[in-house]
This record gives sequence, structure tokens and C-alpha cells, in this order.
Amino acid sequence: METVLAVLCGLMAAASIYLMLSGNIIRFIFGLVIATNAVNLLIFVAGRLSSHRPPLIADGSSVPVGEVANALPQALILTAIVIGFALLAFVFILFYRTYESLGTVDTEKMRFAEPVEGNEALGADNSKGSGA
Amino acid sequence: MNCLLVLPIIVPFAVAAAALLFRKDFERQQTLSMVGAALHFTVCLGLFFHVCKNGISTLQIGSWPAPFGITLAADHLSVILVAVTGTLGLCVMAYSKAEIKKGMMAAGFHPLMHILLGGVCGAFLTGDLFNLYVWFEVMLMASFGLLVLGQEKAQFDGGVKYVMINLFSTLLFISGLGLLYGMTGTLNMADLHLAIQKVSDKALLTAVATIFMAAFGIKAGIFPLFFWLPVSYHTPPVAVSAILAGLLTKVGVYALIRMFTLVFTFNVAYTHGLLLVAAVVTMIVGVLGAAAYNEFRRILSFHIISQVGYMVMGLALFTPLALTGAVFYLLHHMIVKANLFLISGASHVAGGSFELSRLGGLYRNRGFLALLFFIPAFSLAGFPPLSGFWAKMVLIRASIEVESYVVAAAAALVGLLTVYSMTKIWGEAFWKPCPETMHSETSGMEQAGGGLWRILPIMVLAVITIVLGLTPGPFLKLAGQAAHELLHPDIYVKAVLGGV
Repeated sequence: METVLAVLCGLMAAASIYLMLSGNIIRFIFGLVIATNAVNLLIFVAGRLSSHRPPLIADGSSVPVGEVANALPQALILTAIVIGFALLAFVFILFYRTYESLGTVDTEKMRFAEPVEGNEALGADNSKGSGA
Repeated sequence: MNCLLVLPIIVPFAVAAAALLFRKDFERQQTLSMVGAALHFTVCLGLFFHVCKNGISTLQIGSWPAPFGITLAADHLSVILVAVTGTLGLCVMAYSKAEIKKGMMAAGFHPLMHILLGGVCGAFLTGDLFNLYVWFEVMLMASFGLLVLGQEKAQFDGGVKYVMINLFSTLLFISGLGLLYGMTGTLNMADLHLAIQKVSDKALLTAVATIFMAAFGIKAGIFPLFFWLPVSYHTPPVAVSAILAGLLTKVGVYALIRMFTLVFTFNVAYTHGLLLVAAVVTMIVGVLGAAAYNEFRRILSFHIISQVGYMVMGLALFTPLALTGAVFYLLHHMIVKANLFLISGASHVAGGSFELSRLGGLYRNRGFLALLFFIPAFSLAGFPPLSGFWAKMVLIRASIEVESYVVAAAAALVGLLTVYSMTKIWGEAFWKPCPETMHSETSGMEQAGGGLWRILPIMVLAVITIVLGLTPGPFLKLAGQAAHELLHPDIYVKAVLGGV
């Protein structure tokens, strides 16, 4: 089972990197979603898939009997999912506003912060505005 | 319990929450924010002196014993950085009083700034790897918000690229963290130091170390992972770029130092060798990038990269003297770099532009500002007796000690090239006669915009630079103590885990 999940992690990582490198910010978001999930899955597998038994301790004893599932990775993933969700929400809004403002989703065409040589006037205007 | 440790994190968050309550009342929000920054500065210094006096302090949150609970640990390195964070926070907040207009305050400048400070202090103080990830995210969210506050085209452009690469770096970090947990079964840094010695497959561990190196390398801005930095740092308001320049990449450097002295020290020849190559190339590429530009803040951005190279070089050489140099360099650089960004803002107000070709005559018209620029600029370049000279000298001596002559030569050469680009700014912005395009309207802005609040923080930081330069002894001793703790992780481990 670990092997299958490890391969799946790899495939998801590959797909996400392909999407992230495409130069289109919409595709980047999808790549980000897949990458976040790939990483969550990786943490889950790293915590071992040894047992189906919940980590419960019977009355009267102080340690669990026999092999139980590892609860820590699930707690870590839960935190990572929440943080990832907040970041995703921010990224959606940032990219949408960027599209509204710059009129493009192609990263190659985004040259407002670093204007192409010979187009320095644009950069000068930008720097003038940003001090206000 | 030692509650002082938690104050540098809690105070900024409390202030941020309180600042949100005064969203519509800008006067009060500003006052509250200033008082909050002053309070934060006080508790940071309090923690600093406490640790200097009593050695490493730890706090187990909720009294859960390490390695099961969340640990806060403050050694000398952490508290030096926390103290500088408090200082920069206060100075930049004072500067923002002159710069940040109502629109940006309505967009949440003050709460975001305090959340950023809290996140940075959290990253410096935590003793738990997953907790470090959480603080990185807190810090990143705040910096994302600050970066696009002005909603200008260049800011969106720079912001998108900054967000993309930094998110990727975080994903790398957390996947490395997952793999490390899979191998050792712990995420407490002190416990990791012990657990890692029991891992048999060192090759796999080296691979994980490299993932961490890449993740923190992106944050720190080392070659070839720095490209997000010069895209974004020159776009936001000056107060924001000053705080980002002073703090954010340094958190990456801190994480590198922490991980590669406490955890990943089993294959120093490979990991630190790789870091050394990256450091030297980073220094050179950064300074050449700076030479190619003619915009005040873009030159400074490239210098951050080149300076990060020096710090990583100190880590990579991995000797007591080299680490002393790295810690002293961090201290010196954070103050000088934030100050230079603030000065770029003051010159922008005085001269009407960040473009060097449009600036000019500042030496003649703003003699005091020129003097204030002179101090950090030539400290950065390493002129004796300013602080940068001592930082560079210690590092170069450390590299000669281990007979890395190429590294020493590269460091000296980069220092020389730094002088070149600082004299370029000096010559263009300050000495050259005023160009025709300068408008007279800008001088009116100075009177309206509270000139004192602009100059005061610059003066304070310049004075700190001078003090660091004239009396480097105690500070070098402090850095030496930090280096001693870094090279003897047993001290840290014992402080966190108790007598193991």
C-alpha cells in the first residue's frame, strides 16, 4: 500500500510541477492545489500505514495494547490543510485582482515590475507611484 | 515558567488585533501601533538581556514535556535576531508615520505589519520544526498582504511572482519535514539532533537535507533560487520594503543556520560544501546584478542577495570564527539594509524618483541626508571602522584559516564591487548636479509629510551602525557565544530536553 501511495505522490508532484511551469497563472493555481495534496499525502504515508486500529487506550491501562494507527501525521495534515486553504483563498483573490489590473494571465507578459530594457520610462513611472 | 519567551510573539498579535478595532480611526490606530511597536521592542530587549544573563531559556507550552509539546527555545542566536527585529519594527513603524497614507491604513497596513513581526519572532524562537512551518506561513501571509497593499501594477506583478515561488518553497519545506518525520519519528529540533544519529540510511538523509537546503535557500535568496527577490522588493511602499529587506531573507538564513548546525551535521563535507559553492556564487551574482541596475531600490535588492552569500559562507565554513562572523554579519546587515531602504525613501521624497538618472544634487540640497546615507552605504561596502568592515574581516580571516583562499578572494572582490555600486548611488543621486526633470513640487511634500518621522529612524539606525563599528568587541563576543552554542548542540539539546 505504501508503494502505491508513494507512486501516486510522485505522479501528483510531477503533474503539479508541469502545471506550475506552464506560465499561466490559472494553471499555476491548479498545480498548487495538486502539490498541496501531494505533500499532505506524503506526510500521511511517512507516518506509516501500519494498522487500522484507532490509537485508543483502554480503561485502567496507560499505554495502548498492540499496534495502533499513528495520530500525529493526521494532526499535522489537518493543520496543513487549513493553512493551505487560507493561502489558496488569498492566491485566488490576488490572481484575480492581478488579472483585472494587468489584463493578462500569461507570466511572460507580466513585465511591470521589471520592464524590458529600452522601456525604462515605464519602470520610472512605476517607481514614482509606489512611493505615494 | 519562563513567560518572557512568549511575549515577543504575543505582543504583536495583541496589537494587531487591537489595531483592527480602530480600523476607521486612523489617528488612534497609528498611535496604538507605535505604542505597540515600542512595547514589542521593550520585551524583545528584555528577553535579550535575560538570555545573555542566564543562558538558553526554554518554555514548554502548556507544560507538555519536550519532545511531545511545542517548545520555545531562545539561545544567543535567536535573541540577537529577536532584539534586532524589535528595533527594526519600531524604526520602520516610526517611518511609516510619515509615509503610509490613509488608504493603506484602511487596507490594513498596521495589523499586517504587527502580524509580520510576530511571525518573524515566532520563527526565531520556536524549537519545533512543524511550528517553524506555521510561523513561516504566518510571516508569508502578512508579507503577501503588505506587498500588494498599494494595488499598483508593478506590485501585483512582483507580488504574484513572490507568492508563487515562496509557496513552492513552503511546499518543499513541508515535504522535507514529512520525510524527516518518517525517518526519525520526531519534529522537535533538539530531539531530531539525537534521533538523526540513529538513522542508518545516511544517503536518504542527505537527500532530505538537500530538500531543506532548497526550501530555505529560496527564502534566504541564495543562488540559483533568488529570482523572486529583485522582482518584488522595489515595488511596495518604502516602509514595507525596508522591513521585508531587513527581516524576511534573514529568517531563511536563520533556518539554514539552525538546521545545518543542529540537525544536518552528519555529512558536513557534502552539505556544507554545497552551501559554500552556492554562497560564493550568490555573492558574486548578487553584486554583479547590482552593478547592472540604475534604480535605487533595485540595486539595494541585489545587494541583499550578495550579502546573504556572506552569511551562508560563514555557515558553510563551519568553524567557530566563521559562525561568529556569520552571526555578526546578520546583526550588521539587518540594521544597515533596512536603513538603506529607508534612505532610498527619503531620497525619493527629496528628489522625486527612485531612478538614479532622475535624482541628483542631494548632497547640495540635503547635506544631512547625504551624511546619513554615507554611514550605512559604506558600512555595507566594508569601509573601516564601520560595522561591515568587522563583519567582512572576521569572515575573510575565517576562510583563510581553513585555507579556502578562493573563498577569501571572492569575498574581498565582492566587497570591492559593493563599493562600486555604492559609489554609483553616491555619485548619481548625491553628487551629480540636479537634473532638469526635477520638479519643485516635491520639496513641498517634505514639509507636509512629517520630515522628522522620516529622518529620526534613519538617524537611530545610523547611530547603531556607528556603535557597532566603533565598539565591535562586545558584539563580536556575543556573536562568538552564539557560534559556540551552535557548534556544541549538546548545550541546546540539554536546555530543551532536560538532562539527557
